[in-house]
Amino acid sequence: MAESVVNPDGTPEGEATRRDFIHIAAGAAAVGAGVMAAWPLINSMNPAADTLALSTVEFDTSKVAGGQQIVITWQGKPVFIRNRTAAELQRINAEANVGSPPEADSARVKAGHEATLVVLGNCTHLGCIPTFGTGDYGGWFCPCHGSHYDASGRIRKGPAPLNLIVPDYEYTAGSTIRIG
Amino acid sequence: MSLSLRKIAVAALAIAAISSPAFAAGEAKHPRSAGFSFEGPLGTFDQTQLQRGYKVYREVCSACHSMDLLSFRTLGERGGPFYDPSAPSAAENRFVRAIAAEAQIADIDTETGEPIMRPGIAADRFPSPWPNRTAGAAANGGAYPPDLSVMAKARKDGSNYIYSLLSGYVDPPVGLRVGAGQYYNPYMMGDMTPFWDGDPDKVPYGGFIAMPPVLSDGQVTYDDGTEATVDQMAKDVAAFITWASDPRAVERKQTGMGVLAFLAIFGGLTYASYRRIWKNVAH
Amino acid sequence: MSGHESTYVPKTGVEKWLDTRLPIVRFGADYLALPTPKNLNYWYTFGAILSICLVVQIVTGIFLAMHYQPNTEMAFASVERIMRDVNGGWLIRYVHQTGASMFFIAVYIHMLRGLYYGSYKAPREMIWILGCLIFFLMIATAFLGYVLPWGQMSYWGAEVITNLIGAIPLIGEPVLIWLRGGPAIDNATLNRFFSLHYLLPFVIFGVVVLHLWALHTAGQNNPVGILIPKERVAKDTVPFHPYYTVKDGFALILFLILFSIFVFFMPHALGHPDNYIPANPLVTPPHIVPEWYLLPFYAILRAIPDKFGGVVAMFAAIGVLFVLPWLDTSKVRSMRYRPTAKIFYAIFVVNAFVLGWCGAMLPDAPVVPGMPSFTLFDGELNSYLWLTRLSTLYYFAFFLVILPYLGLKEVPLKIPASISEPVLKGPDAMTAAAPAAPEKKG
Repeated sequence: MAESVVNPDGTPEGEATRRDFIHIAAGAAAVGAGVMAAWPLINSMNPAADTLALSTVEFDTSKVAGGQQIVITWQGKPVFIRNRTAAELQRINAEANVGSPPEADSARVKAGHEATLVVLGNCTHLGCIPTFGTGDYGGWFCPCHGSHYDASGRIRKGPAPLNLIVPDYEYTAGSTIRIG
Repeated sequence: MSLSLRKIAVAALAIAAISSPAFAAGEAKHPRSAGFSFEGPLGTFDQTQLQRGYKVYREVCSACHSMDLLSFRTLGERGGPFYDPSAPSAAENRFVRAIAAEAQIADIDTETGEPIMRPGIAADRFPSPWPNRTAGAAANGGAYPPDLSVMAKARKDGSNYIYSLLSGYVDPPVGLRVGAGQYYNPYMMGDMTPFWDGDPDKVPYGGFIAMPPVLSDGQVTYDDGTEATVDQMAKDVAAFITWASDPRAVERKQTGMGVLAFLAIFGGLTYASYRRIWKNVAH
Repeated sequence: MSGHESTYVPKTGVEKWLDTRLPIVRFGADYLALPTPKNLNYWYTFGAILSICLVVQIVTGIFLAMHYQPNTEMAFASVERIMRDVNGGWLIRYVHQTGASMFFIAVYIHMLRGLYYGSYKAPREMIWILGCLIFFLMIATAFLGYVLPWGQMSYWGAEVITNLIGAIPLIGEPVLIWLRGGPAIDNATLNRFFSLHYLLPFVIFGVVVLHLWALHTAGQNNPVGILIPKERVAKDTVPFHPYYTVKDGFALILFLILFSIFVFFMPHALGHPDNYIPANPLVTPPHIVPEWYLLPFYAILRAIPDKFGGVVAMFAAIGVLFVLPWLDTSKVRSMRYRPTAKIFYAIFVVNAFVLGWCGAMLPDAPVVPGMPSFTLFDGELNSYLWLTRLSTLYYFAFFLVILPYLGLKEVPLKIPASISEPVLKGPDAMTAAAPAAPEKKG
């Protein structure tokens, strides 16, 4: 029936466009209804309010012994908190801007807390957790695909595209940090 | 056509009527209407009333009744008692943080693994007054004080029911045998026939409740200067529990108005389209 | 209209390529062009409405299942979490919950329409039987779904209904334990109910496909109830699209308005408040009632004093629908032309409401309080028990006695020779004489 362009009431052909408007409007409203119905369904898959509410974590960095790291979870992900030795600091500061993107170690820590490095513990390649204190640069080595990070978490060798990510955090009191 | 639609509406109403529960031989008194601001399709909560209601819950009810499903942050969400539009999120709402910090939350020390108590944060749920259900029942003569998280949805005409029950304690009628640890309330569900010595055709309304009349005039000092009568406190806490039972109720009704408006326009367009398409068909 | 010729002509190269390999566009085009009797009234729009109901339930259910926890410790709280913390979760949950009721409102109207217009009679028996199967699966799915929120009514409804199985002699007890996965309703039961509640809607979807296939094979019935002869197809039918897509669409919007009123303004009106009390295996609610749509069958269950007899009666109440095509002996399809059957039909509809009402009442409660009564066998005559029994009796008598007998005795009115005839007698006779020419669609 779609081919039928006959106007049985004898109106000129051109007027059909105007009368089509009502069908187009109804069809458009149907499409709009579908989109509006789909949105809450799609949005329901976003993080729920209780998930978002747990998005901050506090930690006292003085608990980390020199040369060690502690792994805590934040938003379900591992966070490395590493207390670096003087030797490690000396080594990474000797190479100013390296990694991807090239960064100085000072840009990856908070002033006054230079020994403490806080990075997300997922390799920036495909998300594995690099092992502590191994690899060619004395930082971390990711066993999955062989990425080497230095003690500042900067990528030095291997397939990972980026340095280990420094999350948003701040020192709230003394040595205590709040991530998120 | 309009006739058939009317029939459908009538059928739906009849069905809705059927779904209302039946009462046993003894009946509870119908709750009194408190005239709440949130009733009706456009009704919204009175935020100061919710704040007063929270105070009554916190200072009176929470000694025995848990609200397991409530989180402190929910108090600061849009429409909640402590919603503050200037706060970036409910978790950072200063009232919520202060209220949460007052509470002591059972937790595990992350280093030693020992059980500890720590101040609450916005993400925490309201702590229960009882370590477990059995302890709550044992401390209350065997009757566990029910959780209030969804109480307004768990009773017929819940908001008015809570208000009526709390403000409706009366002396038991002469001829009613009230057992130890029980109180008579005409709005409580139950059947008084076995305990009634009077006229069998005039069995009193209501039932026995293990909760004593807890509210007394002036028990709570309201921050906004409202006089804390029993009636006022019952009304306020009923409003708070109603909000807590369905924190999205106002958002739901407002969304509903928009949806109905859209459907009305959509329906009008479709009807016009329908009339045009069928214009030349006798049917 | 049955076996109508395909009028689809593939135009583009892609369409031609596809048409010889997977003629899916042809299938859709033929579906839309299906010649449909032009006298279908609004009662006939519930088929389309029901298919939307099924899609709504499946889609909202899939998203709810992403957040629901089928564990006795967490189920109740997880449903509340959906309504409090999940983005838009309250909407999805209330649509799903209310949707079950709306689904049943629509299916009951759809079934009563089929009953009135004789849509179960030859050659449409398979459509009707498949429809009954869908209805049965819907009941099962609704029951399973009602258990999932793990409220008091969920738990005790599951307890009472699974106990029905225990009424079967000999094998009842072991089957009951097998069904529950333990001596009582517990986590094992909840898990399997969740699994089956997710599965059955897809089974329903499959049967719906068969239902439509049978419908398109036998052709649509219509309010006049006569088959449309080949030579009258052009005069008495219109293509499904745009005529019935727009009509069904309009009816659907009206239905959605009713749906929305419940979802947004009275989401708890169709449910029972006790289901917001978490399940407690130690305390039974004072009055266990199923959701409204199962009340008539619940009433029939309670009408029989014997436990096993009650179960048999309840299943027979659904089972009798399956054999309806062979119970109704009348050659006339539409009750429009059956004046006596029409009266019994009206009583049947009222009786169905009475049964539902009885299902919600305590059996011993008096129907008319204060009216003098006497004891008949095991109960007061002025009680819901006896009203339920009378109602149950009529329910079965309608199918087993009235319809078979009436078909042999009743003198039907004169049936029009074509579906256009009743229309032509009306004021629109002049316009109807012209061949149907739809407007150019948008």
